[in-house]
Amino acid sequence: MFDENPKPIDRLPNAPGVGYKPQHFADITNDPGVVGWLEIHAENYMGDGGRPLAQLRHLAETFAMSAHGVGLSIGGETRLDPDHLKRLKHLNDWLKPASFSEHLAWSTHGAEFLNDLLPLPYTEATVTRVADHVDELQETIGRKVLLENPSSYLAFTESTMSETDFLREIARRTGCGLLLDVNNVFVSATNLDTDPIAYIDDFPLDHVGEIHLGGHDEDEDDHGAPLLIDSHGREVADPVWALYDYVIAKGGVRPTLIEWDNDVPDWPTLEAEAQRAQAILQKAVA
Amino acid sequence: MNVDQDTFRQALLDPKAPRPTGLSDGHGLEAGRRFDVYRNNVTVSLAEALETAFPTIAKLVGAQNFKLLATSYLRQYPPTSPLMMFYGKDMPAFIQTFEPTKSIGYLPDIARLELALRHSYHAADATPLDPAILQSTPPDTLMASKPTLAPATRLIRSKWPIHAIWAFNTLPGAPKPTMAAQDTLILRPDLDPEPHLLPPGGGAFVAALLDETTLANAIEAATTEDPAFDLSAMLALLITNNALTDLKD
Repeated sequence: MFDENPKPIDRLPNAPGVGYKPQHFADITNDPGVVGWLEIHAENYMGDGGRPLAQLRHLAETFAMSAHGVGLSIGGETRLDPDHLKRLKHLNDWLKPASFSEHLAWSTHGAEFLNDLLPLPYTEATVTRVADHVDELQETIGRKVLLENPSSYLAFTESTMSETDFLREIARRTGCGLLLDVNNVFVSATNLDTDPIAYIDDFPLDHVGEIHLGGHDEDEDDHGAPLLIDSHGREVADPVWALYDYVIAKGGVRPTLIEWDNDVPDWPTLEAEAQRAQAILQKAVA
Repeated sequence: MNVDQDTFRQALLDPKAPRPTGLSDGHGLEAGRRFDVYRNNVTVSLAEALETAFPTIAKLVGAQNFKLLATSYLRQYPPTSPLMMFYGKDMPAFIQTFEPTKSIGYLPDIARLELALRHSYHAADATPLDPAILQSTPPDTLMASKPTLAPATRLIRSKWPIHAIWAFNTLPGAPKPTMAAQDTLILRPDLDPEPHLLPPGGGAFVAALLDETTLANAIEAATTEDPAFDLSAMLALLITNNALTDLKD
């Protein structure tokens, strides 16, 4: 049927989105509920064809898409992998996602890819290296990217600056935007015994183009202190919802993603999480 | 003390290596088992990727043994690319050297079959040849042409009954395997790759086509291997599964 008001899919709406999982393809195409946009992990769509690309092409006709890289190793000590930069450029060229984001982390060492988001010390030398890599990424793919704050389980004694100052400086030098993962803020603040509200108050919210929310698991360190693990395997925890509420009240509405990557639930359970985000977003514009 | 990524990585994949110093809980205490979160993330995520890639191997050796196999594999062969869907390319060779599995002769070929299924799943799409073209091409021209197969086509030739072993562990009600050499052809008519057991001579025929030879040469290779080779059945299998994409001069 002719649609007189096609959805604007060239930018992420200030609505809830979800991390796309192939098992939800039929549910999403039938009735996405409050879900207004989708995010994919870029590396899962770098094959030559077949079902992953067929589904992605189909979804991108209807939904604003965000491509989220998990493999470039922007914080790596060695140069960015030129083959992977090419793959990212190719994906951005054909998919033209409304947003592209990556992580403040490293994952590649020499020829090895370690498949985890590994931590960085916050020093002047790291700022320079990360800013150079963000510049190279933005130049290669020809667009502004968003850089995501990590989950921290430990601190580097060599660090000389706060994470918020570090991210602010990267954004200033490269012109990149930021992706604020509110669960990561809560996990890091709990693990390093700092104040998550103070982190948000110090975060350059004007640069935030997208928010992530996900679930975490609970563990303890050697001394019995709480150690939260960013597992993306369950509902968003209540204190994280409260922190998200604070972020939106303070910084205004933003595209907000529910991340649920492990023990992926059925569609109604995931959509219910999106509804919780939607309620907070609606309260802010009311 | 500065922790470089070399030190971090060494401690990450070697559980016996000391944890790097210079890492804390943020308030002066040594990081201790906080570092193990990263060790665990790397090991578990890579082992899970291998379990996803090799479900038949996991079923054949059992969950506990597969965990051992995967952990040893990932320490010896960490991924060399962020494309995790293709992780595990050295599994067939590794199985032959890993003490608990090296006597299981058919296992490396099962790993090859599972790798081929993954590559077929992600291979480029292709438009099948119009069967009318095949019918209207004069026999001499047809014999001298080089039939092209879809990019998702994969051939695994084995002296073991790997198609039967794969089916027995995957498809409900599939019969118990008996000893036989089996050639398996993976075809992807649309989006789902499917392994097909090839009839006698079929393996030689498809291998010849994948080498970009003429139809006449492929038929000769097939009948040399087995005089009972049935060309029309073979072509029907390829055509009904959208595997034939072109006839090159």
